[in-house]
Amino acid sequence: MKYIGQFTIIITISLMGEILNKLIPLPIPASIYGMIILFTLLSTKLLKLSAVKETGKFLIYIMPIMFVPPTVGLMDSWGIMQEFLIAIITISLLSTIIVLAVSGRITQFIIGLKEKGGDNNAAS
Amino acid sequence: MQLLENSMFFGIILTLGAYLIGVVLKRRFKIFIFNPLLVAIAICIAVLAIMGIEYSSYNSGASHISILLTPATVCLAIPLYEQIQLLKKNATAILIGIASGVLTSAITIAAMSMAFALGHKEYVTLLPKSITTAIGIGLSHELDGYIAITVAAIMITGLFGNIAGEILCRLCGVKHPVAKGIAIGTASHVMGTSKAMEIGEIEGAMSSLSVAVAGCMTVAAAILFENII
Repeated sequence: MKYIGQFTIIITISLMGEILNKLIPLPIPASIYGMIILFTLLSTKLLKLSAVKETGKFLIYIMPIMFVPPTVGLMDSWGIMQEFLIAIITISLLSTIIVLAVSGRITQFIIGLKEKGGDNNAAS
Repeated sequence: MQLLENSMFFGIILTLGAYLIGVVLKRRFKIFIFNPLLVAIAICIAVLAIMGIEYSSYNSGASHISILLTPATVCLAIPLYEQIQLLKKNATAILIGIASGVLTSAITIAAMSMAFALGHKEYVTLLPKSITTAIGIGLSHELDGYIAITVAAIMITGLFGNIAGEILCRLCGVKHPVAKGIAIGTASHVMGTSKAMEIGEIEGAMSSLSVAVAGCMTVAAAILFENII
């Protein structure tokens, strides 16, 4: 019973996301609207964490499997990609490494500044 | 063969079975190349190629697994909510971190597209490559890129982030759990996030947040960067 209720809530929020996606002319997918709705409901306590927790965690746990079918579809786009295959792969990999390093280091640097600042304040 | 191809369950069983083999291999050999996602994709492509089965007949069954992707992504709000204190405490660092990643992505793609002498259409095709597929497809469509190639670049990026994200963080000296999550999520969207979720709760929550924020910021950045090439 608990799981049926949780699943119904999650699917209903997904549906609300899809409706927003259709109504608002922005390239923002249903899943992101749904994520914002669920986060808002939880933070405003309109929805208790226990109303979605177990089923939600299970869906997150099995999420990697859901990426398999669309990625296997790469075998079909092989043809059109061939012409710039090397460019696509090189740009994708290199840019991912640089983005990861820059965003990670900058976040870490600012957190470090704040933590240091916090310590000083506490000391003074 | 015809019998297998026509059954909706064939694609589902192949997907689940291939993923299970990936999990077993990873447990046995603790090498990063035995990433369950990578192993599953390789096995599925190999089986389809050897048996001469079209992707479309495989996907008519397997797509029933992928429809859960929207509800699963919605549920990423749960770990995010559980880390709300951490989110509030580090809000500035998180937002600047994600914004820097989004700008870096656009700049590196523009620079490398010039280096490879790519045309405008190829360049805008690659611009959405670090964001989640659903936003990426929409953006590629808006920019008038090749949507199939955008999807391919997004998959390559996500798969790479899923396989190598943790190692790259270590190599680049990204140690703080919040920074790790932001780095993996901003660079490799939901596919990276599913790995960040395995690293830790904080990493997973921060990575989920990055997917949503970086996705929206990229839509804005694309308008600025669209006409560079």
